[in-house]
Amino acid sequence: MNKGRTPDHVVFKYLRKNKKFPHIFCQGCGHGIVLGALIRAIDKLKLNIDNLVMVSGIGCSSRAPVYVDFNTLHTLHGRALPFATGIKLANPDLKVIVITGDGDASAIGGNHFIHSCRRNIEITCIVLNNNIYGMTGGQYSPTTPVGGSSATAPFGNIERPFDICDLAVGAGASFVARGTAYHVTGLIGLIEQALQKPGFSVVEAVSQCYTAYGRRNKFKSPSDMLRWQKENSIDVRAWDKLPPEKRAGKIKTGILADHEYTEYTREYQKIIERAAGGDHEKE
Amino acid sequence: MPDKKSKRKLLLQGNEACAMGAIDAGCRFFGGYPITPSTEIAELLSEELPKVGGKFIQMEDELGSICACIGASIAGSKSLTATSGPGFSLMQEGIGYGCLTETPVVIVNVMRGGPSTGLPTCTAQGDMQQSRFGTHGDHEIIVLSASNVKECYDNTIKAFNFAEKYRTPVILLLDEVVAHMRQNVELPARSELVIINRKKPEVHPDWYVPYDRDLQVPVLADFGEGYRYNVTGLIHDDLGYPTNDTSEIEALTSRIMRKIEDSTDDICTAELIDCENPDVIVIAFGSVVLSAREAIRKVHLKNTRQNQRITKLKKLWPFKKDWRPARIGLVKLETIWPFPDKILDQLIESCRNTCKKIIVAEMSFGQVFREIERINRGRLPLDGYFQVNGELAYPEAIFKKITGVLS
Ligand SMILES: Cc1ncc(C[n+]2csc(CCOP(=O)(O)OP(=O)(O)O)c2C)c(N)n1
Ligand code: SF4
Repeated sequence: MNKGRTPDHVVFKYLRKNKKFPHIFCQGCGHGIVLGALIRAIDKLKLNIDNLVMVSGIGCSSRAPVYVDFNTLHTLHGRALPFATGIKLANPDLKVIVITGDGDASAIGGNHFIHSCRRNIEITCIVLNNNIYGMTGGQYSPTTPVGGSSATAPFGNIERPFDICDLAVGAGASFVARGTAYHVTGLIGLIEQALQKPGFSVVEAVSQCYTAYGRRNKFKSPSDMLRWQKENSIDVRAWDKLPPEKRAGKIKTGILADHEYTEYTREYQKIIERAAGGDHEKE
Repeated sequence: MPDKKSKRKLLLQGNEACAMGAIDAGCRFFGGYPITPSTEIAELLSEELPKVGGKFIQMEDELGSICACIGASIAGSKSLTATSGPGFSLMQEGIGYGCLTETPVVIVNVMRGGPSTGLPTCTAQGDMQQSRFGTHGDHEIIVLSASNVKECYDNTIKAFNFAEKYRTPVILLLDEVVAHMRQNVELPARSELVIINRKKPEVHPDWYVPYDRDLQVPVLADFGEGYRYNVTGLIHDDLGYPTNDTSEIEALTSRIMRKIEDSTDDICTAELIDCENPDVIVIAFGSVVLSAREAIRKVHLKNTRQNQRITKLKKLWPFKKDWRPARIGLVKLETIWPFPDKILDQLIESCRNTCKKIIVAEMSFGQVFREIERINRGRLPLDGYFQVNGELAYPEAIFKKITGVLS
């Protein structure tokens, strides 16, 4: 374990000292890589960990906050964003990050996801997309590809998948980007930019779940899945020049939207100033 | 706006009194979704909260609302949400989360007719049992009620105080009539109010044990105060990390029950009106208390007439049997959960040889009745007046129940 890594490695700095390890992630799971990328981005930005809040829903991906030494809130399936909204609005000085899975964010929490994009409150939402419900044992999710096999689609999935980034762009998020567990340096950069965005930012991190998805879908190993990510990712700049038939089944990566929209807590502060100017007693 | 030291005489609606109580209790966050008959609370707070630096947000649904409120509370704001029937059902998963994570939050549920969308603009009391048992798993919860506008104000403050003191969601169960009725009220001066704020940890963050099992009510820091810890809706150990250890499971699940069960003397109140040696006892809560009072007033009026007739008769015929007017006791339930077992048990024991009947009047098919049945253990005859037709319980019908016992 951790061959060649000393405990002063950057990731260890942010892990909980008193947490009963080992963690719950399977060997070869992509979620740990993405969590590592997030920690490295936080480290690069030198964020104050006392001020950092990490909120998650339910799923394998949503277990990530338990292991990191921040203010962490592990909530209900699909509801991380409303909890995070309450925290951020109550105390806008806090830096709020949401960790969620594809099922958590786009199925049960789909409504909160689009409204968070629309409301544009300053939260960074990292969606760990492994195209499956990992924690419950491999049922199809709103991002499982057509034809994909799952515990509840034994004859192949017939539902068309969501493109989570398109959803976020359409719903009005300030910053939307996609990276993969394979292209981890690129992912760190995307998360870093998302964390600096004064508005709602989404980073979709394509992750691999060999246990519940890969094994069923002709991947030979977790590394085979990583290789697939490597070979099928196309940077947005190259993507735009490709004919549609060459885009099919590929992953578009990079920054997909970057806008300056008015941010909710700052707008609300203006309301407070306006209201306090009235006849009401100030406290 | 009057200063902190002056009393305020106002004509208020129940919902408005509730919103004012929230502000005076220190509530600085409201997250909600519009639903009749609770909407006035949201409307008023959207205007009043920013004036005191508080925050209002209209969420995309009620589950989102309760989650936002719990988040805001963990970040340090006293938080409120208000809803009704269908919204209350949607909130249940969040309420359970609040119970297990021991987060103070106040939920006002203005009861309307159900099940389902039911009767949006009509009154009912069919959420009495749901308010206690609506979310899955064993848990305790505090539920208060109000039977007039002043109590809407007072008990909102009380709800916030209990939420902070016991670190738990507290539900204020109103009904459409109480919430929409207008009355003249005199609110106390703000300086006279007793406001409880949550305890903060004093130990060094390195020594902090958020869910210390030696304390019945944990001392939890607000996020951002330098005590970095984990909050989860999974069963957790003393440090807040998920656990499957049987002894840790038992420690937590029994503690969240006990912290409320062991404090029923502090939490439970019920007003006993004319309950010394009563011939009949009427039990009610919420707006039905108004109907019960009217029914009892009519009984007394009838008694007075009867008395006058008998006094006259006695002058003509001195041998007529002595007659005394009937005594009607009224129990106004204030704390709905934990149900005020002790108060009612003592009352029943005190009059078990003289009281002829207990009448439970409510706007549901016996949700309070079954609790009374449980406490009574067959000691006194019981009867119920259950009216579920969207209208406030008819005083005339309760009057008939009472006089039926007396004749
Ligand atoms: C209300 C509710 N419904 C269902 C579940 C069961 N459940 C737990 S995790 C999960 C799926 C998680 O999938 P995803 O969000 O994609 O995360 P992953 O485990 O793949 O990382 C489900 C359905 C639950 N916990 N709560
Ligand atoms: S089941 Fe899949 S998503 Fe969950 S930990 Fe294992 S590999 Fe990761």
